[in-house]
Amino acid sequence: MSFVLVQVIVGGLLLGAVYALFSSGLTLVWGMMNIVNFAHGDFVMLGMYVAYVVYTLLGGGPILGAPLATLVLATVGVVVYFALIRDIMKGPMLAQILGTFGLALLLRYSVFWWFGANFLSMPPNIVGGTYAFAGLRIEASRLLAGVVALLVTLGLHLLLTRTSLGSKMLAVAEDQTAAQLMGIRPDTMQAIAWAIAAGATGLAGALIANFFYIVPTVGETLGIVAFVTVSLGGFGSVPGALVAGLLIGVIESLSGYLIGAIYKDIVVYVLFLLFLWFRPQGLMGKM
Amino acid sequence: MRRLIWLSVVAAIAIAYPLLLSSPFQQRLGALVLLYAIAASAWNIVGGYAGQVSVGHVVFFGCGAYAAMGSYVKFGLSPLFGIPGGIVLAVGLAAIIGVPTLRLSGHYFSMATIAVAETMRLIVTNTDWLGAAVGLSGPTVPRNIFDLSFLSSLPYYYLFLLILAITLLITWWMTNSRMGFYLRAIKDSERAARSLGAPASRTKLYAYMLSAALTSVAGALYAMMFGFVDPESGFGILISVKILIMAALGGAGLLFGPLVGAAILVPLEEISNSWLGGKGAGLTFVLYGAIIVVIARFQPGGLLSLFTRRSKPSKDTGAGHAP
Repeated sequence: MSFVLVQVIVGGLLLGAVYALFSSGLTLVWGMMNIVNFAHGDFVMLGMYVAYVVYTLLGGGPILGAPLATLVLATVGVVVYFALIRDIMKGPMLAQILGTFGLALLLRYSVFWWFGANFLSMPPNIVGGTYAFAGLRIEASRLLAGVVALLVTLGLHLLLTRTSLGSKMLAVAEDQTAAQLMGIRPDTMQAIAWAIAAGATGLAGALIANFFYIVPTVGETLGIVAFVTVSLGGFGSVPGALVAGLLIGVIESLSGYLIGAIYKDIVVYVLFLLFLWFRPQGLMGKM
Repeated sequence: MRRLIWLSVVAAIAIAYPLLLSSPFQQRLGALVLLYAIAASAWNIVGGYAGQVSVGHVVFFGCGAYAAMGSYVKFGLSPLFGIPGGIVLAVGLAAIIGVPTLRLSGHYFSMATIAVAETMRLIVTNTDWLGAAVGLSGPTVPRNIFDLSFLSSLPYYYLFLLILAITLLITWWMTNSRMGFYLRAIKDSERAARSLGAPASRTKLYAYMLSAALTSVAGALYAMMFGFVDPESGFGILISVKILIMAALGGAGLLFGPLVGAAILVPLEEISNSWLGGKGAGLTFVLYGAIIVVIARFQPGGLLSLFTRRSKPSKDTGAGHAP
C-alpha cells in the first residue's frame, strides 16, 4: 500500500472519530426517545461558532473553547428539550420532523445573519504544528480532535452501560411508566440525554473548528453524516456509531483523495442510499 | 352547498385579482403566489395526505426546470417539450428514493430526500453539460408563443392558475378515490391498515410519484417565467424549505392549505426582501424557521385546521393527538 494512502486513511480515522462523537448524541436521543433531531448537524455548527467566538473574544486555544462550547451546547440541548421536544415527542411524525427541521433553519440562518456567509477559520497553528511519525505527517489539531473524540465516545459508552445514570436512562427508554414506578423521572432523564447529546456536538464542533472552515451551512452536511452514521451503526448503539463513524471518515477521505474533493460528500450520500436499498437495518443492527 | 359558494368566491377572486390590482408588481406577486401554491399543493399529496415529510422536494422542481431549459438549450425546442422529460426524471428519482425508504420509519424517508437533493445539487454544479454553476438560460427573445416567454406577468398568472386548478382537482380526485381511503387509513395507523390489506408501501409510493410529477411541472413553469435555472434555484434546499413551510403553515393534508400558506408567505418574503435588501435573505429564513417551529409545537395541522377542526375532528391532521 502506498504511503500517501496510509496518510489518507489515518486522516480519515481521526476525522471519523469526531463523526462518531457527534453521531453518538444523535443515536442516544433517537434510541431513547425515538425522535430524530434534524438540527443535530447545526448543533455541531453552533459548537464551531462558540469556539470561534471564545477564541476571538478571550483568546486561548481549545483548552478554553472546547469545554465552553460543550457547556453552551448542553444548555441549548436542555432548553430545546423543555421548550420544544417534550411537546412534539407526543405529536405526530409531521410535527416531530417539522419541529426539529425548523429549529435547524432557525439556528443556521440566525448564525448566517449574524456572522454572514463568509468562511471563517482559526489561526493555523492554534494547537501546535505538525507531527511526523514514521514518515506520516499529522497536524496536531487533527490528532487532538481524533484522540479526544475517541476517548469521549468511549467514555459515553461506559456512562450509558456501567453507571446508575446510564441504567436509569435505559429504563426510561424501555418503558417510561415502569421507570416512573421505580422512582425515576422520565423528564429529568430525557433532559439529561439532550444535554449529553448536544454537549457532544458542542465538543465535536469545537474540536473540528480548529481545522475546518467555519460556515453556517456546514451543519447540513454534518447532519446527513450523523444520520448516515446512525443508520449504519444501528439506533441507540454508541459502539455502532463509533465503528460507523470511523468507517465513514475513512471512506470520505479515500474518495476525496481518489476521485476528487468535490465528490466526497456525494459518495457518502450515495452510500447511504445503497444502504437503505440493501441493508436498512445497518451494519450490525437489527430492525 | 356552503362549500360550493366558498369555492366560487375563491375562484372569482383568483380570476379577478390581476385585473383589479394591475400594477406589474402586483401581477408578478400574484403569479408567484400561484406558482408556489402549485409546488406546495404537490408536496401536500405526499407530505400532507400520505404523512411522509419530504424535506428535499426541490429535487423534482429542479428536474422540471432543467428539463424545460435543457430542451431549449440542447435541442432548440420550446421549453414546453421538456415537461414530459422532467416528469419522467422526477418520477424515476421518486422511485429510487421511495422504494427503499417508504418501508421504513418516516425519518429515513425525510433524510433520504435531503441526501438526494444535495447529491443532485452537487452533481449538477459540477457538470459542464448542464451549465455547471451558471445554469441554463431560456430563449432571450421569444421565437413564437410556444416559448412561453412573456414580458408581462399576466399570461403567467392565468397559466399558473389553470395548472393550480388542475393540481387541486387531481388532489381532490385522489382523496376521494380508493387511494385516498388507503392513505387516510395508513395515516391513522399503518399497522391496522396493513393488517386489513391496504398496500401501505405501494400506496405511499404512488402518492410520492404523483407529487414528484406535479412538482416537476411547477419547476418547469418557474424556469419559463424566470427564463433561467441554476443549481441554487433548481436544487437548493431553500426552495424545499419554502415549499414545505407554505403547505405546513396553511394546513398539511387540507386541499386549500398550501394556497393559503403561499398567499401569506410569498408577499411576506417579497416585502421583507424589498425592505431589507440583501441582508433580508438570512432574516427571512430565520423567520421561516421560527414559523415552522411554532406550527410544529402549537398547531401541527396548520392555520386552516383552526376552522375545519370543529366540524371534522376525526380528520384532524395531527393537532392534539393524544398518545
